[in-house]
Amino acid sequence: MSQQAFEPKLVGFLCNWCSYTGADLAGTARMTYAPNLRIIRVMCSGRVDPQFVLKAFQEGADGVLISGCHPGDCHYQEGNYKALRRHRLLSKMLEQFGIEKERFRLEWVSAAEGAKFQKVCNEFTEQIRHLGPLSWNGGKKNE
Amino acid sequence: MIQITIDGKKLEVEEGTTILQAAEKAEIHIPTLCYHPLLEPYASCRVCVVEVNRQGKKELVTSCNTQVQPGMVIETQSERALRARKLNVEMLLARAPAAKPVQKIALELGIEKPRFEIKDPDRKCILCGLCVRTCEQVVGANAISFINRGQEREVSPPFGEPSEACIGCTACAYFCPTEAITFEDIHDRKVIHDELYLGPSTAIRVPVRQAVPMVPFIDEDNCIHFKTGNCQLCVKVCEKEAINHEMKEEEIEIEVGSIILASGFKSFDAYRIPAYGYGRFPNVITALEFERLVNASGPTGGKILLANGEEPKAVGIIHCVGSRDENYNEYCSRVCCMYSLKFAHLIKEKTEADIYDFYIDMRCFGKGYEEFYHRLLHEGTKFIRGRVSEITDIPLTEEEDGKLIIRVEDTLIGTVRRIPVDMVILATGLEPGLSHSELAHTFNISCSQDTFFLERHPKLAPVSTFSDGIFLAGTCQAPKDIPDTVAQAGAAASEALALADKGSFELEPITAEIDEKLCAGCQICVSLCPFSAITYNKEKHISEVNEALCKGCGTCVAACPSGAAQQKHFRDIQIMAEIEGIFID
Amino acid sequence: MSEKPKVAFYWCASCGGCEEAVIDLAEDILKVVEAVDIVFWPVALDFKKSDVEAMEDGSIAVSFINGAVRLSEQEEMVKLLRKKSQLVVAFGTCAHLGGIPGLANFWDKESIFNRAYHTTPSTDNPEGVVPQEKSTVDGKELYLPSFFNTVYALNQVIDVDYYLPGCAPPRDLIMNAVQAILEGNLPPKGSVLSPNKALCEDCDRNETKPEKLAIKDIKRPWEVILDPETCFLAQGVICMGPATRTGCGQRCITANMPCRGCFGPTDQVIDMGAKFLAAFASILDADDEKEVARIVETIVDPAGTFYRFSLPTSILRRRKLEGK
Repeated sequence: MSQQAFEPKLVGFLCNWCSYTGADLAGTARMTYAPNLRIIRVMCSGRVDPQFVLKAFQEGADGVLISGCHPGDCHYQEGNYKALRRHRLLSKMLEQFGIEKERFRLEWVSAAEGAKFQKVCNEFTEQIRHLGPLSWNGGKKNE
Repeated sequence: MIQITIDGKKLEVEEGTTILQAAEKAEIHIPTLCYHPLLEPYASCRVCVVEVNRQGKKELVTSCNTQVQPGMVIETQSERALRARKLNVEMLLARAPAAKPVQKIALELGIEKPRFEIKDPDRKCILCGLCVRTCEQVVGANAISFINRGQEREVSPPFGEPSEACIGCTACAYFCPTEAITFEDIHDRKVIHDELYLGPSTAIRVPVRQAVPMVPFIDEDNCIHFKTGNCQLCVKVCEKEAINHEMKEEEIEIEVGSIILASGFKSFDAYRIPAYGYGRFPNVITALEFERLVNASGPTGGKILLANGEEPKAVGIIHCVGSRDENYNEYCSRVCCMYSLKFAHLIKEKTEADIYDFYIDMRCFGKGYEEFYHRLLHEGTKFIRGRVSEITDIPLTEEEDGKLIIRVEDTLIGTVRRIPVDMVILATGLEPGLSHSELAHTFNISCSQDTFFLERHPKLAPVSTFSDGIFLAGTCQAPKDIPDTVAQAGAAASEALALADKGSFELEPITAEIDEKLCAGCQICVSLCPFSAITYNKEKHISEVNEALCKGCGTCVAACPSGAAQQKHFRDIQIMAEIEGIFID
Repeated sequence: MSEKPKVAFYWCASCGGCEEAVIDLAEDILKVVEAVDIVFWPVALDFKKSDVEAMEDGSIAVSFINGAVRLSEQEEMVKLLRKKSQLVVAFGTCAHLGGIPGLANFWDKESIFNRAYHTTPSTDNPEGVVPQEKSTVDGKELYLPSFFNTVYALNQVIDVDYYLPGCAPPRDLIMNAVQAILEGNLPPKGSVLSPNKALCEDCDRNETKPEKLAIKDIKRPWEVILDPETCFLAQGVICMGPATRTGCGQRCITANMPCRGCFGPTDQVIDMGAKFLAAFASILDADDEKEVARIVETIVDPAGTFYRFSLPTSILRRRKLEGK
């Protein structure tokens, strides 16, 4: 794959109440943004199991986004804090696997922030495009 | 009961009644200057003098402090009484020729000029002592008293100096019948009564004039009773005995099944647009101020007047102040067009003024609104399409002298215009009410981009929120007018009632569950649940989810280290499959 | 006389501890020997590969294979044994999950060789000799097994019927397994022969967990004097017990050491390290970004800690291979 043709595959885990609604707002407001993020809706960013993140990378994601409500605004009071803690520890661990910190992003996007969602998508896509493909190859037997 | 006769009228009154009170009951007027029903009688003006016949003995008494006796015959208009009253009034008039109530009584008694020497033609104080008694008996501050004797007698604070004992309540001025006492604000003391001020006016009041329920409350910071322990005049006059100063503010916890948020809006702060000169030009006023001004019970009795008391010859109404403006709020406040039209109509009705209405778009969306707009078009209001850039008082022509000049681009004729007016009304927009974000926090609901509360769905669930059992009504959700608010409030009430009526509650289907065959009872989940929905069962050595409490966030599921917890509809296996699905090209 | 069932033992990349575990059966081993016929056991008996090759396919009742697969030789041998055996049991953590040798997946062949043959302080290799797969000595070609970049668990190379977890598997589990095989009383294929619950289930310290488990400061076992009765997590020490299958008999816990996870995850967990990370990060007592960062900083080697025994069977399996 040539560098120019590289379109990052990004997976986003969006909480139902803030970020998914924010993404919806970006959509209903007909904002255009990079189409690289494939969204998986979860009820809360606190639902995001690190296994999902690893799975996404293993399946071929070049970047993974977790997006939840702003601190203090979680629909479930504190799920986003759990997401924050897991994200920081998992980022550190991913580096040990050779996966750059930049590929695993945590953002707070409220239901009102369609524009922020647009910005996050664009930024993340560009950042990963710059970083290049991850092309996870870990441990396939035919090495 | 005691039988008496007043001016030939026989009547029965209770023992202890004064002659003045008895006369009042018999609808016989006895003039008085120093009497006030709420204060102890003082009998200093002696205008209320009457002639009584007590067991054959005729004498003159002051009616305000003489109690009736059985068989008493009272004559209020006898020659002797009138002569005495006339003499007393003549003496008062000589002392305080500028006192209007004295002049009035003198006129009634046919006195043109007192026979006595007038020392000070401007004097108003008649030494009735109402002020001193008010300060002592009502306020309890004892800040003023009589000083000196004879002709030198007057009312004064100690040593004629501003007194520390004075609490600045101005009750003395209020009770003074002759306007001899005036007050000015020194020592930064708070003047309670200020009609032009749109905020608090008296210490006992209703929060706003259209408050529902219309129940007054006592403002402890300004109530005299809470300063001196006295007064309680309100208790005396309240026939229903509804006033209790002992009541304290308290926090009450009420268990409810649903909550309707109707926290309303606050008006856009016109100070934020300096170019419109609000606060700098006294005749630039906000919509709410105009509303107060034009109110029949307002400071001018509903007359539309400028700060100098004159009627305006030209009035400008500016739409979209703080609304539809990228610098302030991008949204349309929805009510301003219509109330501005109403203002124009009222001004037309009450004055001869030319009315200029500056609008961006005329948004007359409701039932009958367009028709009203048409009516206004025919009434002669001049509509100018364009956003006002500035209001200035610097004239360029003689015509503009002493006027407020509205600079605007008239987009219909494509030119910049300067319109001189006398009064400008800013149609200030709507913003979320006070403590809006704290409320959002407390009730765990989201706000939309315009910072108003976010409804669950703009079309399908317009009064529900993302928090179960919490509903929205009115302008806390978005700017809206009264019909829309009433409609939404009705819907919110129905939703709340529907919940109560059903007596049961539909739980979210998305909850966590713990497979007891797999749970090792490590209790990680117990620590994480913000709703205390998970408890550790010591006997079974497992953690258990209470589905009624579980809100279904799935934090415990993500954290369950042995995979015993799962979230219905968001099981690991389902999400894993989604992830796989994403990468199928 | 009916023939006794034939049994084979084999070791791959392992420390030998699992062989030791068999020896540790002590007098029980006599019962085993009485019941079965051991046809292959390189560590103890002198059979050759050719002996196994000579056997009929499926003639071995069960092969117990321990150790991870990291050399071509091991791959060849386990494939051979698979062919000759009715049942293959992954014996011990390395065969089951990859085990300690699996930690090599944070490196690759090149970096491991470089370290082992060049840069360790104890290396004495002035000529820089590195093992070659093929070399010629006196005109004869010699072959060494090839060394993989990646360490594999047994089931990533051959089909495995059962797993006996543990580093090393405890005696009672081994005996239970042997008995089950002899009696033909076997659970579904693919089962791990240990209860499917986490260690907390059996841990004596589980009841000492506070109502709200929250960790402010993480301590390593050598940094504190550990209370012998309180839950390690409550003491701020990383204990993998909540994420680790039980059945070990709390061997480490009773020695006052926290669980390190050798029994692997429960059946419903795919990735033990991620799952433990999720649980552990959740109970960190910090909501503020800086404080979270501070605590995370004190976890020195999260991947090595959470995947101590299971890296090859984790979702990512290994560190990214650069340039591939």
